[in-house]
Amino acid sequence: MMLQTLSQYLAYPFVRYALIVGTLIALCSSLLGVTLVLKRFSYIGDGLSHVAFGAMALAAILNVSNDMLVAMPITVLAAVLILQLGRSTRVRGDAAIAMVSVGSLAVGYLLLNLFSTSSNLSGDVCSSLFGSTSILTLTLEEVWLCAAVSVLVTGIYIFFYHRIFAITFDESFALATGIRASAYNLLIAVVIAVVIVLAMRLVGSLLISALVIFPALAAMRVLKSYKSVIVFSAVSSVLCAVLGILVSILAGTPVGSTIVVMDIALFLGCALAGRLRAA
Amino acid sequence: MAQIECTNALLGYEGQPVLKDLTFRVSKGDYLCVIGENGAGKSTLIKTLLGLTPPLGGTIRLGDGLKQADIGYLPQQTDIQRDFPASVREIVLSGCANRLGRRPFYRKEEKRRALRSMEDLSILPLADRCYRELSGGQQQRVLLARALCATSALLVMDEPAAGLDPVASQELYQLISEINRKGVTIIIVSHDLPSTLRYASHILHIGGPSAYYAAKEEYIASEYGAKFIRMAGGEK
Repeated sequence: MMLQTLSQYLAYPFVRYALIVGTLIALCSSLLGVTLVLKRFSYIGDGLSHVAFGAMALAAILNVSNDMLVAMPITVLAAVLILQLGRSTRVRGDAAIAMVSVGSLAVGYLLLNLFSTSSNLSGDVCSSLFGSTSILTLTLEEVWLCAAVSVLVTGIYIFFYHRIFAITFDESFALATGIRASAYNLLIAVVIAVVIVLAMRLVGSLLISALVIFPALAAMRVLKSYKSVIVFSAVSSVLCAVLGILVSILAGTPVGSTIVVMDIALFLGCALAGRLRAA
Repeated sequence: MAQIECTNALLGYEGQPVLKDLTFRVSKGDYLCVIGENGAGKSTLIKTLLGLTPPLGGTIRLGDGLKQADIGYLPQQTDIQRDFPASVREIVLSGCANRLGRRPFYRKEEKRRALRSMEDLSILPLADRCYRELSGGQQQRVLLARALCATSALLVMDEPAAGLDPVASQELYQLISEINRKGVTIIIVSHDLPSTLRYASHILHIGGPSAYYAAKEEYIASEYGAKFIRMAGGEK
């Protein structure tokens, strides 16, 4: 019965698009998540997602047809800025992120209030914060764009895998032995900004951090080598996303929050397994 | 020709001088121990030697075929590392990351180098264990093996025995001395004066009116050195 309903839904292209994009974004964000969590950068994801919200608001009032064209460069710029600010001794890293993040959230909402022509302002805001239905209204071009970016992100991650490991584990050692750690930090920040702008479509800006950190933290509870942590968090993140999308379609729940609930369940399960094994 | 020739160097960071008039040389096979009170500029010296901070004045010349990337480093452990999910093998192999060039993956030859380096430090049986589950002494061996993957010319170590119990710390000093006898030059920053005096070939004492650099015997015989040794409760 349920399978029948499901196959009925799968016949619609928008459901298939949602599944494809969901899978790709879950994959990219979990790959980067491991690095961010281990480098104590989890908050950068959170900060950048608020910046992306501000940028989307700007795109909305400028009436740009493809809001990613506005959001992408602004978020990438913010990533670079946060990284630079964090390195200067006057503003600490976490304070820099908090500043940029809260600032863009507030300014974004203000702009929408002042200039928006939409009749349903709070609905729009809610949708960009929590994702809601935007993943179910994807066009074919957006699916292709997302696929291209995901392939690029995964490719970059695999190509630089060993170097990313080296600077994540010990930045000063890497620097001392001639690896340009700051260049790779910049690369990671830019890539995470790109992934976040894409992921906004799926879960909304407030829930992106969940997509980034939960699979990584879950994997770290139970596994002992870096490679297994990466593979596990990628696979489990994709499964959570697919499961979350299917459940939300069947049960009529909001897509973003449903995926995040799946991720929370994954984390709790892994935390319990880790405890049991340690005992 | 010395591997490192430091002449009248002025060291500091962000334009603030910390160490004045520093002159010393390190030749192949030396075991140089840097001692001095906290705040004397030991970490600034390390950062400068690693090429992370340029000297404010004077010269530091590398010679005897030594390039900047040949200077390996055993840093103090960070919080990040203590709960890092990685196997010993992965960490040791990451010492070869500076050999990757434009390649994305390690070659057989680099994997062999990591194996050899684990064998040398007798941690091969731990290769697939998780780093965070090891004892402090074992973790230092892993980091030492990684440093030896990066270079076999010169290692700079920052308080390698910090946080280790006395037995593990003695084992570590012995191990470092064995590595040194195989021809690896060692520069070590340490508070542990007895172990330092046992293994070092040269002493660089910083802080005080000016830096004092001498061979170990000369340092012990000098009035300055003798006084410091008495004060620190060290023995010969």
